[in-house]
Amino acid sequence: MSPKKFKFAFLFIAILLFPVFDRNAYHMDLATNVALYGLLAMGLNVVVGFAGLLNLGYAAFFGIGAYTYALLNLYCHWPFWLGLPAAGLVSMFFGFLIGIPSIRVRGDYLAITTLGFGEIVRIVFNNWDEVTGGPNGLLGIARPSIGSWHFSVNATPYFYLVFILVVLTAFFLYRISDSKIGRALVAIREDELAASCMGIPTLQVKLIAFGISSFIAGLAGCIFAAKQTIITPDSFDFVLSVLILAMVVLGGMGNLWGAVLGAVVLGALPELLREFAAYRMLIFGLLMILMMIFRPQGILGGSLIKRELAKRQKDETDATA
Amino acid sequence: MGPDFQLFLQQLLNGLTIGMVYALIALGYTMVYGIIQLINFAHGEIFMVGAYLGLTAIGIAALLGAAVPWWAVIIFVFLFAAAGSALLGGLIEKTAYKPLRGSPKLTALITSIGVSFFLQNAVMLIYGAREQNVPEILPAKQWDVAGISISLIQLVIFGVSVSLMVFLTWFIKNTRMGKAMRALSENPEAARLVGIPVNRVIRTTFMMGSALASVAGVLFALNYGSVNFHDGYLAGLKAFTAAVFGGIGSIPGAMLGGILLGVFEGLGAGYLSSEWKDVFAFLILVIVLIFKPSGMLGENVPEKV
Repeated sequence: MSPKKFKFAFLFIAILLFPVFDRNAYHMDLATNVALYGLLAMGLNVVVGFAGLLNLGYAAFFGIGAYTYALLNLYCHWPFWLGLPAAGLVSMFFGFLIGIPSIRVRGDYLAITTLGFGEIVRIVFNNWDEVTGGPNGLLGIARPSIGSWHFSVNATPYFYLVFILVVLTAFFLYRISDSKIGRALVAIREDELAASCMGIPTLQVKLIAFGISSFIAGLAGCIFAAKQTIITPDSFDFVLSVLILAMVVLGGMGNLWGAVLGAVVLGALPELLREFAAYRMLIFGLLMILMMIFRPQGILGGSLIKRELAKRQKDETDATA
Repeated sequence: MGPDFQLFLQQLLNGLTIGMVYALIALGYTMVYGIIQLINFAHGEIFMVGAYLGLTAIGIAALLGAAVPWWAVIIFVFLFAAAGSALLGGLIEKTAYKPLRGSPKLTALITSIGVSFFLQNAVMLIYGAREQNVPEILPAKQWDVAGISISLIQLVIFGVSVSLMVFLTWFIKNTRMGKAMRALSENPEAARLVGIPVNRVIRTTFMMGSALASVAGVLFALNYGSVNFHDGYLAGLKAFTAAVFGGIGSIPGAMLGGILLGVFEGLGAGYLSSEWKDVFAFLILVIVLIFKPSGMLGENVPEKV
């Protein structure tokens, strides 16, 4: 086993055993939320980091996932395990929808379009009282169950559920980033015109990125709804979109592990430093400004580019030697 | 003239009033975008800070007692808020945006979101999270003209906004600084070559935009009677919509876009539903961005290779 694989295996087992050693309910709840943030940050990273398209309405997809499961469960009595893929797919559908303007709309304009979309979704949740319950939201959403065993208030099973999804998603995205699609996404990020000249079907690739990204958010939203059993529109506001974006930026846009690191740092630190709770958002803002000025590539940096460049340099030195 | 038509005129007037405020904020977005292609997301927060500065100025004026006439108080409040916001705008430009010249657009956009969060929460920490009531410094006068009522504050909003817009148009057209701004938006490289102090022009643009936004903030606060640290986000976004609607980068476009957006909102709230009025603004934003990103009066700029 290589040292890198060993490190991963160690980390994996440590996280897996964490709930066994730490039985504090509050810590478990926090860990579950951090894992959910990790899932969201990885999902947003597909669009923002890989494809270089800024999505400022990501919380809307999280919300669409949550409301999809909640409505299916409350009105049609769908169980969680059916609701989970449904939430992902419905959210993905809206992801395609918001991806379509990216044919014409570029860069910062696209960012504002997604922001507008996110706000519209939130206002619809808030105002469509007959279906979404308006500002009071929906309550009494069923928790998941396996056979005759039901999830309860205890966050531990949710933690494992989200952790499994995080691992699966990370593996999936890791494979994607090395695939044809992953490379096409990076090509579009670096130079869209050049990419399309090289025969990359830029629209399809961008839509795939939006689709994957919103599918992941939909899954996270479904779990969130099942864990909370109550959802209200203000859980899915612009602040959440920016929070997830800040995680991606902090860890390093385009870096798979960077998104997870960003989620752990920004998700857990404010809770651990409770006395500074009032300054939390102030510090987020400051952090985003400072990161952009001093380290725009994030803590871990955009690994894809770095790896490519290192490889190219090595090839060149090999060629000249 | 039937009551239906009177209702229409009343909603039109209310819409025009808020539209003037949007137009003043939209000018700052469009001026900054025109010269450095930055969507200054924090601009809405400058508007909000302006409203709070106005509140502070009213507090200072109240210390002087009732001897001062109301119009002198108003002028002091406007000057105080505008000067404070202009300084803040210049400071933000210097510390947050200047180091990013030449970096990708999205980097600067993310920075401006950071600035926006910072300002919002700084104001929350300084003034408190609760809504603040604005003391009534204007006499509560109201006139009935042909069945529709016009209040003094509406007249003040019209007077102040229109004179600022006229002044700005004159400034951009005739002064040295105005010409430098136009040159910079036309071609930054060429502007630098002919000796235009690029950094100073950019700084001045930020300061002017901030001053306009803060005047809008004071007008908004006086009109609604309260301010909240959340107010800047929505108003800023709507003003940005107005700027895009009119054609971002175009100064008459921002004025027209703001006024039209206000009118749409006023009529939409009157005839359709006030609950959904924010959705109208966002729908306009998304639709214009997708189908006609150059807006009504903007130039269609083809993508450069």
